[in-house]
Amino acid sequence: MAKLLDKIKKAELVGKGGACFPTFSKWQAVKNAKADKKYIVCNCSEGEPDVKKDGYILEHFPEKLIDGINLAVKEIKADKAYIFINEAYYKKYSTKLLGLIVDTKIELFKKPHVGGYIAGEESSLINAIEGSRIEPNRKPPYPSDSGLWGAPTLINNVETFYDVSLINSDAYNKNRFYTVAGDCVWPGVYEFSNDQTIGDILVESKNYPKFDFFVQVGGGASGEVLNSNQLDREVGGSGSITVYSIEKHKPIDVIRNWLNFFMNESCGQCTPCREGTYRLHEIINQNKPNWHMFFAILEDLPETSFCALGISVPVPIISYFKNVLKDNQEFSSIFVENNI
Amino acid sequence: MLNNKIKINNKEYDFNEGETVLSVATRNGIQIPTLCDHPDFSVKENCRVCVVEIKGEHGLSTSCSAKAKPGMEIQTNSDRVEKSRGLNLEMIFAEHIEKCATCIWRFECKLLKYAKDYNLLINTFSDRKGKRPVYRFKNAVELDSSQCIDCRNCVDACSVLQGIDYLEIKGKGRNQEVVPTADVRKHCILCGQCALHCPVSAAQEQPNWQDVEREMKNDKKIVVVQFAPSIRVSIGEDFGFDHGEIVTEKLVSSLRELGFDYVFDVSFAADITTLVEAGELLERIEKKGVMPMMTSCCPGWVNYVEYYNPELIPNLTTSRSPQIHGGGVIKTYWAKKMNVDPKNIVVVSIMPCTAKKYEASREEMAINNILPVDYVLTTRELSFMIKKNNINFANLKESKADNPLGDYTGAGVIFGGSGGVMESALRTAQYVLEGPKAKLTKKRLEFNGVRGLEDVKETVVTIAGKDLRIGVVNGIKHIKELIPRLNEFDYIEVMTCPGGCIGGGGQPIPTSKEIVKKRIAGLYRDDTNSKIRVSAQNESAKEIVEWLEDNKLTHKTLHTKYFKNLD
Repeated sequence: MAKLLDKIKKAELVGKGGACFPTFSKWQAVKNAKADKKYIVCNCSEGEPDVKKDGYILEHFPEKLIDGINLAVKEIKADKAYIFINEAYYKKYSTKLLGLIVDTKIELFKKPHVGGYIAGEESSLINAIEGSRIEPNRKPPYPSDSGLWGAPTLINNVETFYDVSLINSDAYNKNRFYTVAGDCVWPGVYEFSNDQTIGDILVESKNYPKFDFFVQVGGGASGEVLNSNQLDREVGGSGSITVYSIEKHKPIDVIRNWLNFFMNESCGQCTPCREGTYRLHEIINQNKPNWHMFFAILEDLPETSFCALGISVPVPIISYFKNVLKDNQEFSSIFVENNI
Repeated sequence: MLNNKIKINNKEYDFNEGETVLSVATRNGIQIPTLCDHPDFSVKENCRVCVVEIKGEHGLSTSCSAKAKPGMEIQTNSDRVEKSRGLNLEMIFAEHIEKCATCIWRFECKLLKYAKDYNLLINTFSDRKGKRPVYRFKNAVELDSSQCIDCRNCVDACSVLQGIDYLEIKGKGRNQEVVPTADVRKHCILCGQCALHCPVSAAQEQPNWQDVEREMKNDKKIVVVQFAPSIRVSIGEDFGFDHGEIVTEKLVSSLRELGFDYVFDVSFAADITTLVEAGELLERIEKKGVMPMMTSCCPGWVNYVEYYNPELIPNLTTSRSPQIHGGGVIKTYWAKKMNVDPKNIVVVSIMPCTAKKYEASREEMAINNILPVDYVLTTRELSFMIKKNNINFANLKESKADNPLGDYTGAGVIFGGSGGVMESALRTAQYVLEGPKAKLTKKRLEFNGVRGLEDVKETVVTIAGKDLRIGVVNGIKHIKELIPRLNEFDYIEVMTCPGGCIGGGGQPIPTSKEIVKKRIAGLYRDDTNSKIRVSAQNESAKEIVEWLEDNKLTHKTLHTKYFKNLD
């Protein structure tokens, strides 16, 4: 029987939290790190709207999740593993999980109420467990070198550990979970192949709309927006597909919702994210938005933000403009004036 | 492949291992704006205005954190950089409600300078924090939330540097705010290090310059100013002089130009303090009083004891501080000599410290119901007044402070640096114990064991055959290391601010460890050049102490009590 690490490498498993980093490399780095203590964190923060797959695994396959974490504990010789779990999931699944982690090195750690979306970011999560202010740290060092209390720490998403359990028992079929949400008939979590296209997922889950629509994929706020002719792509990110009826959603409302999310979830550490998201929100609420300033801030955010939250702000908005609003008369002058 | 060379704006520069891009650029005269960067703290990179373009990097990089690597190519002022940097600055401006008209920082303000440099509008965005409160800490320090740019230097100063943890960040995102902690066990000791590290004067001293200007316009009042020892080597920095350059006589002239009626040097009062304190030390040793004796001339330290370790109150010397001694002597001895009613004298202290504002206002300092010092201005406030009045400090003719309260020794001057109070007292103790005929050579006068910027200095000095175990705490955070070991010492000096008064919360900005070193070197130069270097040899000081005794004013003017603080 092949060793677990080799199997993970062969399976080409990538993280399912959103960043898609190769799992093998992460495990290898922590395993090889020389340290007295090592930790593992299972990231079950799941703070982005319309992403529910971690909850689905907790509901249906908690044994596999715990098995995956236990395998990691053994593989990297970790002293302790934490399941960093959001409040709602804790309320719903803690009894079941506590029963499963008896006699293991696993502990539940309830995500602090103030944590929000940013608490799911690796270094923020470490700060949360350590009791510090929940916001990202500078990198390097990366958690695999210096994580919890300065010790090498392996941080993976719930689905990644679930996949490891499958890989170990030779049951992994290169599938993943997808959350389908929004204006659809059968919202929920579905399992399909890793490379399944957005269109196929919508068709096979019987959610393909009969109206004009666009989708947001890979994240409910940070994901890219595509029009209905761009569905022959993989989903990526944290595996979410949100369907938007064009008729039902006014563009400004859609943008405002994203900005509400980013503005409220910004930790406030750096100027462009703290101030930029606030000003974008302010501009979009003006009677005559200053689009020139709006796009200048959107351009500035990925240039100078401290962490991925600020960097991702323009992703949905710019792709929404380019892929959906380009045919909208109301916005045509904006395209010309702002060089989109 | 280039070896230890980087290209900045297409020109090659050497760099040292581990050096940041910002450091290489600054060293070579390439200006990059910074707000949150401060050598006293580890890099936070949160203001994002020092961004530069590094070839091959995806976004822009913060030059304060980017380490120079061989072959790196950097643009510090490309259109891309200027666009993002300018926008971030404009957004920061909208956090900082402009109060320039009354702001003592307006001649030094980085924000105003950057607005000019980058041709920015300071009102591109609507003011965001206009309704945020001002938190006032006693009468000494304030934190104006409506001007805060969220750089967090004040929080670092309060926690990382001072270990007080009084300031903290409440809320997150746009709602975050630096606030005084809700933890009732924590207290602000008024050190002003938050103000000293704030790049935009949101944390600042509570200004008194307007009060002083008003008093100077009142013909019925005699307005007397006294300046602390450390100011002579720091204020020049605000007028183009090198760090640590001694500018005592220009300082005196500037005070006269401003309209003060008399100018006195607190170094003289420091000689009086030394006489009182050294006398008390010898008495405690002889009569087996409470030991170790601890200095009390640093008001931040006194606040700390009153709040956190009131059991140490009996250890504090009863000697008042130099500014209170100075004010007391002015309103007793000098008033009598000048035949003036002390009620008509206004004493203004120029201090490197914010806590001195509170010390001066303490009721127990009153002598016959009159406070010795009426107003305390920080070094920064004085710089502001000089600039506001268009006084060309650098070109001023030199003049000496008035006598008799201007006649000081080198021992009085070194009060300004960490270890200085201790050294001054030791010189006098040595002189008193060994007698005027003792050979006090340069070597014997200089107590090197108490000098320097180490956190805690420990030494044993032998005076008249007796060993005195000495401790000097440089920076309030380090007192915690000594408190469990107090029985190992006979005499301890504690200075709240790193470096002592020279690094005080009211000093010119920037103040850093390197700058503090240069300022202290300036003080020792002044000491070395002084004809008299022992306070006990200051005849005027001794005469005044005797006069106070003859007039039964010794206790009221020279000593004080401290109390457990419960607020």
